[in-house]
Amino acid sequence: MENTFNFKEIQGREERLAPGHRMCAGCGGTITVRNVLKALHPGDKAVVGNATGCLEVSTFMYPFTAYEDSYIHNAFENAGATLSGVETAYNVLKAKGKVKEDYKFITFGGDGGTYDIGLQSLSGAMERGHDMVYVCYDNGAYMNTGTQRSSATPMYADTTTTPAGKCSAGKPQYRKDLAAIMAAHNIPYVGQTTFIGNMKDLYVKAEKAIYTPGPAFLNVMSPCPRGWRYDAPDIMNICKLAVETCYWPLFEVIDGRWIINYQPKNKLPIEDFLKTQGRFKHLFKPENEELIVLFQKELDRRWEELLTRCNA
Amino acid sequence: MSTKNRMSGNEALGEAIRQINPDVMPAFPITPSTEVPQFVSNMIANGQVDTEFIPVESEHSAMSAAMGSEAAGARTITATSSCGLALMWEVLYVAASSRLPLAMCVVNRGLTGPLNINAEHSDSMGARDSGWLQIYAENNQEVYDNMLMAYRIAEHKDVRLPIMICQDGFITSHAVENIMLEDDEPIRKFVGTYEPEHYLLNADEPMAMGPYANSPFCMEAKRAQVQGMMNAKQVILDVAKEYAKISGREYGLYEGYRLGDAEYVLVCIGSACGTIKDAVDRMRESGVKAGLLKVRVFRPFPGEEFAKALENAKAVAVMDRAESYTGHGGPLGAELMAAMYRNKNKAEAINVIYGLSGRDLTVEMVCGLYDQLADIAVNGTKGREYQYLGLRE
Repeated sequence: MENTFNFKEIQGREERLAPGHRMCAGCGGTITVRNVLKALHPGDKAVVGNATGCLEVSTFMYPFTAYEDSYIHNAFENAGATLSGVETAYNVLKAKGKVKEDYKFITFGGDGGTYDIGLQSLSGAMERGHDMVYVCYDNGAYMNTGTQRSSATPMYADTTTTPAGKCSAGKPQYRKDLAAIMAAHNIPYVGQTTFIGNMKDLYVKAEKAIYTPGPAFLNVMSPCPRGWRYDAPDIMNICKLAVETCYWPLFEVIDGRWIINYQPKNKLPIEDFLKTQGRFKHLFKPENEELIVLFQKELDRRWEELLTRCNA
Repeated sequence: MSTKNRMSGNEALGEAIRQINPDVMPAFPITPSTEVPQFVSNMIANGQVDTEFIPVESEHSAMSAAMGSEAAGARTITATSSCGLALMWEVLYVAASSRLPLAMCVVNRGLTGPLNINAEHSDSMGARDSGWLQIYAENNQEVYDNMLMAYRIAEHKDVRLPIMICQDGFITSHAVENIMLEDDEPIRKFVGTYEPEHYLLNADEPMAMGPYANSPFCMEAKRAQVQGMMNAKQVILDVAKEYAKISGREYGLYEGYRLGDAEYVLVCIGSACGTIKDAVDRMRESGVKAGLLKVRVFRPFPGEEFAKALENAKAVAVMDRAESYTGHGGPLGAELMAAMYRNKNKAEAINVIYGLSGRDLTVEMVCGLYDQLADIAVNGTKGREYQYLGLRE
């Protein structure tokens, strides 16, 4: 596969997620969907799946759909299984000559529908080897219902079910490493990315995920201005800091081989990432200094573990 | 041509599925329906069908994949029982409201509490408001025949709803009986191929399925959905007539057994109807005008037809193989009595819970019930309106 990246050509491609949907201004999820769908080669057909969440209720409000491709939403926890049914139907109908065209299958879910309630359905679909891509737009909480914690929520984040207060410093647990769980399924492609520069990393990984035969999983950190509490224009800076602090490493697992895509020359302290967002504001009270040290310690441990996996 | 054979209810399903040759089957094993996906997997392994089997990791995923597959344009089937059906619950509604005519073999078994693997209707009765068509079988022959008619009903343009083909766990699913099987060719011609009007993989017309539809649209969608259910009554009868031309076996919405002049009538679903027919014969020998109304189609609910068929009855016992925990009776009892009230029937009516978790129903027990109905016709129900039959004291 040739991974040429021509920014002008790619951004000039026809939008497969049409404007006019009702996602928030500055929503990371929307950026993820638009850019992943741009990685489909022009003219290629696709069926887009979707777990219930912000994306679904804002892009397919009857009688309007924002999708240029065929689209299917079933429920919250079953996007993996649903698309596996579509993909199987395609194989049968293709073999019978009832469908002539080639199709790609891409499904989107938030971290609630992917890390938590939809994990079993996702795991089953990946293990069975369906030729599909599951894209998690990870904004680190159940944003559609109003920022409740998920297993993707970072430690100490102030959410509506882990509120920071006199007796609480936010979410007590570390976040789940879903990309590693997906890699443990030994599927041909796993990628973790976010919005960096001109979106090249996201584009390249999306294209690999879509055009690698077999199941693929893409984890895209997709900030949510409402849940994270930052000014919408800050999104690119926040993503950059997530990568420069090694909070959100960019890596791939191709046929079981772990590859680190970016190692910062000067790893920035986690405070630089935390202080950009209102959900971590309480950590900067003098009495919580120790918590930032603990956050950094866990982050360092995970970063070292990743480097070991990547032989970097 | 019909050929005589002998097989279990699950084997009859397997034979019907082989003849239908559906496109996709996602399924997860659960007693007593497990044999059905096993049979299909074997047929796939031996090249007898073109079906793709999806070995899903749960029944929730079975129904989810079935929804996706049917939406994509493939004729889809699944099978389940009891807790498996319960786990599908949420997606049953999605499939029905998406107007997807997929078929499901339900081998009825009680829902857990306590865990039990035997025949009961609490599983499919619990799903009675999910928007699925439901047809129940008394014996293996009906299992086979109902399965062959399923897609013709579900896919009909006036219906477009998913369908459950129900039979009693173990009693018919595992018991071997004589059966008449039809030849492949006329059956394949009768069943036909699935040609959906709209589907995801139609390159000429991309479509979106599963919208967020709020109050300005949802109510109309639900009303349109129930119209499909209403239309199904006539379609079921039309398809049955056509099927009778091939098989010689014709089915209605219900079966009346010595019902015409019956004064004392039991209304029942499923395999217990065979036992009741024996009891009816015995009562008739002793001069009691006993009869049976066997409910075949429960969704749509042919309330008007049932009530009219009971117009001449003096006393009716509605039999439920499921408890509703309303403290007031079972599901068939509630719906049938409401239909009788709407039709201004004169008969006394009681609701009898029997056969829970596979508890046996004997001819003697049924005869006792007919004796009770004769007494009720004269003396009134007197506290017997809602009772258990076969309960150990």
